[in-house]
Amino acid sequence: MVGEGILKGLAETARNFFGSYVSKDRLTTVQYPEQREPQIEATRDFPFLVYDGADWQQGMRCVACQICEKECPPKCIFIEKSKDKKPDAFGKMQIYPATFNIDISVCMSCQICVEVCPFDAIKMDVEYHQSSDDRFGALLLNKQRLSKSNEYYNAIHPTEASAVDAQRAEELAKLEAKAKAAAEVKAAAEAKAAADANPALNASPQQPAGDPQ
Amino acid sequence: MTHLALMTQHLDQIFVLTSHWLLSYLPIALQPLCSAILSVAAIIIAFATLFALTTLLERKGLGRMQNRYGPNRVGPCGLFQPLADGVKSLTKEDIVPIRADRAVHFMAPVLLVAASFMGYAVLPIGRNMVMVDMNAGVLFFFAIGSLMELAVFMAGWSSRSKYSLLGAMRAIAQMISYEVPLVLASVVVLMQAGSLSTVAIVNMQATYSGIWPHWFVFTPWGFAGFALFMIAATAESNRSPFDLPEGESEIIAGYYTEYSGFKFALFFLGEYIGMFATSGMAITLFLGGWSAPFSFLTWIPSYFWFFAKLLTIISVFIWIRGTLPRLRMDQLMNLAWQFMLPMTLLNLLTTGIWHFMLPGFLRWIVCSTMVIVPCILLGSGLKYKKKFQIRTYHFSQ
Amino acid sequence: MSTATLAAASLNLEPANESGMDQLLEIAMGPQHPSTHGVFRMNVVLDGERVVRLKPVFGYLHRNHEKIAENETYLGSMPYTDRLDYMCPLTNNWAYALAVEKLAGIQVPERAEYLRVITGELTRLQNHTCLIGFLMQDMGASGTPLMYAFRQREIILDLFEALTGARMMCNYMRFGGCRVDLPAGWLDQAKKVVAGFPRFLDEYESLLVSNEILMDRTQDVGVLSKELAISAGISGPMARASGVDYDIRKVDHYSIYDRFAFRVPLGSHGDVYDRFMIRLLEMRESVNILQQAMRDIPEGPIVDPKTKIRGFRPKPGEAYGRIEGPKGELGFYLVSDGSPNPYRYRVRPPSLINLTILEDLCLGRNVADIVVILGSIDIVMGEVDR
Repeated sequence: MVGEGILKGLAETARNFFGSYVSKDRLTTVQYPEQREPQIEATRDFPFLVYDGADWQQGMRCVACQICEKECPPKCIFIEKSKDKKPDAFGKMQIYPATFNIDISVCMSCQICVEVCPFDAIKMDVEYHQSSDDRFGALLLNKQRLSKSNEYYNAIHPTEASAVDAQRAEELAKLEAKAKAAAEVKAAAEAKAAADANPALNASPQQPAGDPQ
Repeated sequence: MTHLALMTQHLDQIFVLTSHWLLSYLPIALQPLCSAILSVAAIIIAFATLFALTTLLERKGLGRMQNRYGPNRVGPCGLFQPLADGVKSLTKEDIVPIRADRAVHFMAPVLLVAASFMGYAVLPIGRNMVMVDMNAGVLFFFAIGSLMELAVFMAGWSSRSKYSLLGAMRAIAQMISYEVPLVLASVVVLMQAGSLSTVAIVNMQATYSGIWPHWFVFTPWGFAGFALFMIAATAESNRSPFDLPEGESEIIAGYYTEYSGFKFALFFLGEYIGMFATSGMAITLFLGGWSAPFSFLTWIPSYFWFFAKLLTIISVFIWIRGTLPRLRMDQLMNLAWQFMLPMTLLNLLTTGIWHFMLPGFLRWIVCSTMVIVPCILLGSGLKYKKKFQIRTYHFSQ
Repeated sequence: MSTATLAAASLNLEPANESGMDQLLEIAMGPQHPSTHGVFRMNVVLDGERVVRLKPVFGYLHRNHEKIAENETYLGSMPYTDRLDYMCPLTNNWAYALAVEKLAGIQVPERAEYLRVITGELTRLQNHTCLIGFLMQDMGASGTPLMYAFRQREIILDLFEALTGARMMCNYMRFGGCRVDLPAGWLDQAKKVVAGFPRFLDEYESLLVSNEILMDRTQDVGVLSKELAISAGISGPMARASGVDYDIRKVDHYSIYDRFAFRVPLGSHGDVYDRFMIRLLEMRESVNILQQAMRDIPEGPIVDPKTKIRGFRPKPGEAYGRIEGPKGELGFYLVSDGSPNPYRYRVRPPSLINLTILEDLCLGRNVADIVVILGSIDIVMGEVDR
């Protein structure tokens, strides 16, 4: 009959109209900014630099290898190496970035910098309220604005961060084990060298052979 | 009369009594003029407020149908949104294209609003609440209503822009084609009522047999007439699915593309007021005007029933808008001339037969058949010509 | 010649003193228009309401994608491919990864193939849903079907965000597999989404399929004959609606599509209604494929461990990798000269190729039909202009 499809369509719309008062999935609006959607864990927005411990300058993991700068597709990372060195989490003396700027008006959140970083130093943040009315530099984030603690990283990406932490702990354990083994070998070698250099000191209190007393 | 009955009667007539009391302070010579001014002011205030409410209702209704809230930021539940819209349209820059015909460009929205408001003069909004009791009220209404089409064409032509011209051409063709079924659908009521006066028509419908009212919509020819009148009214007001003249996704805004600021708002006002007026006429002709649906509900004031019916019709308009895509120009024309015109003519015949048969079951059967069978035949005739069918699809091997 | 001069030259019509030609109205359905699916311009010459000539003008969104790729490493171009057809970023990634894998001879592990199929078919679902929503919006249904479509799309985009980190610019495929494995609970959530999809399709169909107004406006409108489709190189649902039995998933047997039982719907009339119904049927087939893939996905590595991320230098040569994208045949042609950057990088955009016959489809129709026909071709300007 003519008009039947129209009536079916009208019934569908009426169902949605009345359903919107009753069920949640017929009224899908989230009233921002009073209500927010819960953050999905894997979300990525802009990069940030991770630091361990309490001091952001001493604990920064980045060693200014400039790999992320080279691999960044829109070339929005700008790094200058420092002249001096500081110890990293594994005790080795490394250079650090004197300046580390990311232009987030250029950054396209592709996450390639995170993938290529060998030091787990740069990770993706979930902060997207970065808009500013200053055209000339508010969107060029410097080292200090980019540095966030490892606790923050654990808070925003728990699974990823715990995997990274576990891996770093394992590396640290391995390094320590190696260092301990090396120290033991060194101590043994030292002891042996000292024994060879000063036999008298190490002589056991025994009669010299053939000494008639 | 009991105390309660007296009170309900006073409540029903409260506006009439108030206006008489106000006028009693004026000298006799001035009273007719001031009575007219008072009525005009009341109509403008009432229906302009209804317009504001309808814009909000439409946005919220459409929103709920689309699984979202409508406007709900400005005021509680978005109630001040029309105010915000009004302020916005008043403060926008009034741009007139350099090649436009300035006088006609200015006159078009004014004429539209004036013509649409004039139709309210003959609508009985309550018992004894009609502004002018003309004995050719229905004729006056349709005559004034056709001024709206002139205003639309003036708007499109004076803008001297291709999109506006396209929209104006479409609008004129559409509105003229749908005038014919509109008027013919209302002729059946005039035949039965024997009078062109709106007051007489409503008074005829305000009687009850048992609890059922004598509304004309409860007869086969009245139902068909009501359906045809409403379809034609949708087309006259350029509402979806007949809103090709303002086809937003094709020609931006049709005949009012070149308007901005307050004139744009006036176009909206004029169209909605016209929609209310046509709905009001449908209520008067078919739905019993200000009479209550059941005889035990007559204690509720008459103007309440009028506005309740008007709001129901507006909700149905919004519902249809939210569901249907728009018809193309030639399909619109086909519908008007090949479906609605024959149906209205057959409806006239049905009414005549109804009038001359004896009241009883037989005339119901005969007239219902006379209405339903052509509807189905004409409908399938439309379908057959288009050859649109439910298709089945095969899959590759 | 610049785009502007070309456009101006295109407006030189026959002189107006020819009989019958002085009533022609020329309008530019210009770059700013509510229904042209992006910045796209059509110079239309009308006789009353009928279309006499139509010339598409595009290039407003040209972003030098192919030239940028010549200066980027192969991996660095991957985020840019997201932005080609921005409604379907994952299939763009897949086509590019396929091309590079062909170039460098990289094998993809099983689990990665399943992940690619799952994300690709989810992309197809959300693309077709949105397309139907946009088509209804263009026809004036005041946004109701569009809102329902986007409601479903949001659910799928949430899945993408949980997996890849971004709703749209996913950057998920890598050469030799996928970037990251499924997080805990993703597969169950995806199964729920896919299980709820047929009910949404039924509701959608009841709003649309037997709607007389829709049928009236789309049947016998924009008819594309089979011969013209083949000779113009049309691919995708548009070709299948005209009866051309060509689905690259069945022709090329790429990835692991041979393991899934799915049908390819074909239309017979080639009009807008057919294209629209073919997409609805394809969505049902995609749901089928998804259910099979999510049931059978094995454990294992998700990327070929031998492929390098940094310093990736494929051997000199050329390769053309193509997939059945939601819009048609999406292909990448790569020429390598042994350096980390491609020597030539070319995208075969299905939207552009499908757009070339717009004039043939629209001649003799009304203005209102142009918009509907354009909507049924399913273009995204990011792909047309690159």
